[in-house]
Amino acid sequence: MKGWMSRFKAVFALTVMALILSGCGESFLSALQPSGEGASMLLDLMILSIVIMLFVFVIVMIIYVFVIFKFRQKKGQEDIVPKQVEGSHALETLWTVIPIILLLILAVPTIQYTFALADTSPETTEEGEELDQIWVDVTGSQYWWHFEYRDLEVTTSQELYIPTDRRVNLSMISNDVIHSFWVPTIQGKMDVNPTGNKNEMYIQAEEEGVYWGKCAELCGPSHSLMDFKIVAVSPGEFEQWVEDMQSVSGEEEPESETAQAGQQVFADNCMSCHAIGSSPNKTGPNLTNFADREKLAGVFDMNEENLREWIATKGEEMKPGNSMMDAPYDLSDEEINQVMEYLMTLSPSDVTPESANNGVYEDSDLSGLFPEESEGEGSGEGEGNSDSEGNNNSESGSDSESGNNESSGNNSEGDSEGSSSENSNDNSDSNSDE
Amino acid sequence: MSTTANQKAGIGSVLWDYLTTVDHKKIAILYLIGGMFFFLVGGLQAMLIRIQLIVPENEFLSAQFYNEVLTMHGTTMIFLAAMPLLFALMNAVLPLQIGARDVAFPFVNALGFWLFFFGGIFLNISWFTGGAPDAGWTAYAPLSVFSEGHGVDYYSIGLQIAGFGTLMAGINFLVTVINMRAPGMTYMRMPLFTWTSFIASVLILFAFPALTVGLFLLTFDRLFGANFFNPDMGGNAIIWEHLFWIFGHPEVYILILPAFGVFSEVIPAFAKKRLFGYSSMVFATILIAFLGFMVWAHHMFTVGLGPIANSIFAVATMAIAVPTGIKIFNWLFTLWGGQIRMTSPMVFALGFIPTFTIGGMTGVMLASAAADFQYHDSYFVVAHFHYVIVGGVVLGIFAGLIYWWPKMFGTLLNEKLNHWFFWLFFIGFHLTFFLQHFLGLMGMPRRYWTYLEGQNLDLFNLISTIGAFFMAVGTLVFLYNVVKTQMKGEKVSGDPWDARTLEWSIPSPPPFYNFKQEPLVRGLDPLWIEKMQGNGKIQPAEPLGDIHMPNRSLTPFMISLGLFIAGFGIMYQGGMWVLAGIGFATTLGSMLYRSLKDDIGYHVHKEELEEEGDGSNG
Repeated sequence: MKGWMSRFKAVFALTVMALILSGCGESFLSALQPSGEGASMLLDLMILSIVIMLFVFVIVMIIYVFVIFKFRQKKGQEDIVPKQVEGSHALETLWTVIPIILLLILAVPTIQYTFALADTSPETTEEGEELDQIWVDVTGSQYWWHFEYRDLEVTTSQELYIPTDRRVNLSMISNDVIHSFWVPTIQGKMDVNPTGNKNEMYIQAEEEGVYWGKCAELCGPSHSLMDFKIVAVSPGEFEQWVEDMQSVSGEEEPESETAQAGQQVFADNCMSCHAIGSSPNKTGPNLTNFADREKLAGVFDMNEENLREWIATKGEEMKPGNSMMDAPYDLSDEEINQVMEYLMTLSPSDVTPESANNGVYEDSDLSGLFPEESEGEGSGEGEGNSDSEGNNNSESGSDSESGNNESSGNNSEGDSEGSSSENSNDNSDSNSDE
Repeated sequence: MSTTANQKAGIGSVLWDYLTTVDHKKIAILYLIGGMFFFLVGGLQAMLIRIQLIVPENEFLSAQFYNEVLTMHGTTMIFLAAMPLLFALMNAVLPLQIGARDVAFPFVNALGFWLFFFGGIFLNISWFTGGAPDAGWTAYAPLSVFSEGHGVDYYSIGLQIAGFGTLMAGINFLVTVINMRAPGMTYMRMPLFTWTSFIASVLILFAFPALTVGLFLLTFDRLFGANFFNPDMGGNAIIWEHLFWIFGHPEVYILILPAFGVFSEVIPAFAKKRLFGYSSMVFATILIAFLGFMVWAHHMFTVGLGPIANSIFAVATMAIAVPTGIKIFNWLFTLWGGQIRMTSPMVFALGFIPTFTIGGMTGVMLASAAADFQYHDSYFVVAHFHYVIVGGVVLGIFAGLIYWWPKMFGTLLNEKLNHWFFWLFFIGFHLTFFLQHFLGLMGMPRRYWTYLEGQNLDLFNLISTIGAFFMAVGTLVFLYNVVKTQMKGEKVSGDPWDARTLEWSIPSPPPFYNFKQEPLVRGLDPLWIEKMQGNGKIQPAEPLGDIHMPNRSLTPFMISLGLFIAGFGIMYQGGMWVLAGIGFATTLGSMLYRSLKDDIGYHVHKEELEEEGDGSNG
């Protein structure tokens, strides 16, 4: 499919067009500057359709301009009666058949890509061996996003961390009304329905970065404020992040006294909706790594002033119609200060959105996260390998276990994590790249 | 719209005349006034939207109010502006084009108008009673079910009432075309505007019931505790999307096909040539209508129907581009070799061709299911449907209005002002909407109340808003032109454009019985044939005789008023149930009155007709 597309590109010199289009918008938001597999495919398809359509448009415009200038009535011609032509079978056939051909040219890749994007089966290595899958259960709520990493016991909200060069599958459902999950630079959108039919799709980022996500289906007054972020970090950093997130229980005592007091206030007033650490509670956003977030409530700059206003006013003006407005708490200024200080201690990992932009690339095949059927090489030893070419496809060598994991990924359900990190380390030795 | 006779008659009697009229030409004027009023209301809402988006993080409108404005902009423009304006043209012209004295059911025609009128008023009363509908014109469940206040109730009941009116109008035009054609007016001699209106009526007949069902379910969910769409209670929200788009997609063709018809009248008239490929134009129309029913799910590519359904609907949608392309090329080749006069209706038609071609192109791009994952619900889609609906339907409506204005009112709108209107509107339109394609791809979803700074979306939004002001000024120029022309009241002949079809063979405005004697149609473009081969006058198909005419009636108004009142009772319930009782009693009582009382109309006698000249356009 890819070869076919690239031949097309050569024919039409599509690169020129891609250059023009890529001048549009910001690299973290624009569908015209893709950083992910899905978005790149979609841009190819878009360019193909634009070229076909421009071809048609140019022909229409040539005839149009010609007839307007050529056949305009001139002074003194008022009495001329033009020939009353009935039509022409040849011409009718021509402009029926050519469009059909053009549409077929577009229809074939459209269907191919539609099926390709709907494929959430495991990725395979060059040797045809299936890789472990990362599944994230996404829940959309008015007006925030919740992410649970399946089988990893990691829960977060608003900012979804993913490893680069690896497909992450999403299974999406809504808690209230219909939302739509859209990260233009990474992948096209998919609706998030409340009806019980979970929509699945994959996202894959080719470069590290913080990519902006939007809700694309009208969901209430604060629909335009339902932003989220995809934080794409290198696989090694991702693995580190997962381990750090797994270690949080929510019981950790902060150092300063104010923050300790804040923890108590939090436990008394906020805990019923907001969880810290992995928890099924998704009444409100999970705050495990709150202090690492790039944005407050998805859209506001993360600073003291905004945070104070948010807690004090329950976001009434900031995010109209948000469900925190119904929260029964009533905190004094001092208590708010304490909670704020506590919240700002919630930074369990050194891997933060900054890690996506610091140029450090740590490689890993993530097998440490999937102990039972680990394969490929090392689990986040932090080699500091900054070779951005080094994706797992080229490195996870042939594996003796390939026979076992016809249905890998799903097999890992129910396996407890962390019990066999040694096991994965052992394997990594045997599979290191040449 | 005051004619000299009406001015003499006084305001009261004019009002009574229009309240009780069953004359298709007066109903056309009612539709025109109603449609224009709502067009201005919808335009005002559009301006509010654009002002809100002129800069990032603007606080001009509140989030909730913005959602109400965008919902009502869409709802008003589609249901209360575009459709009635098209019905105005159909009512004014269609019976004349086929040589009929009126539509098949004049009483039902009036009923259709008053239902639309009261439905529209009902919907807009929501502004003054605690908030308009706020779930988008598509009213996706469950947002529309959970929406607080009575806004969405106004939507469901108001559209239900207006929808009944539309359904009746559609049935009426169907029967009119099938039964009321003059001798010699075979199907394949019908003008294209009649053809497209006929096909649009078929679409109305099959599409509107889906909306009716959907709205009933929504009403019952909201007001009577049903749970069709409530996922918490086992309902399925996706069903609403299907019902809505099974109606909603054919609705697009209900709007655009009559506009195609207008252009197919205007272009031959001002190119002085018969329509190129008449029969393929007819079949392209039928094909578009047929395919229009099998593509609704292209509005739902991102819903998660799966790749098989998406692919099927993608290919079906692309197929529609073929008959649409046939139409574009046939118009171009009608122009080819003609003698093109740049009158204002023609300028609108010529502005339409490139604009609609762009809209069609982006339509094919959207049909590409996978790529639609990027376009869907972004400003790209906003740009696309404004290119087809404004660039197609609205330009068509104005082309038709200006073209047939002499036939409706006997006066000619000022050509110079019309050209000003066109250029302001046309340039403003492209300024507003062209860049929105890019805004969408740059990551701006639609229905966004505000956008953050630093996303590189500022400049294009600013330009877009500036363009909207051009469109607003253009529309004001048109209104000024209407007022000026009607104040001056300068009469024109029955055939001011030197046109080709039957409606131009009688005086402007036509007498209330239209044709003194039924015309004999000898081919396509009957008036042109008589101009070329005869004396320029249509020959009668019958000797002069008595003309049977229907009586005027207030009953359509009363039936509609009853439903309007009942709507409030159903919505507010409690003590207000009494309103429902009064309303339904009024409606059912009026229907009973209509059924029991024999009304056989009256006859205009031969002797009276003989005094009034020969009934030609002279």
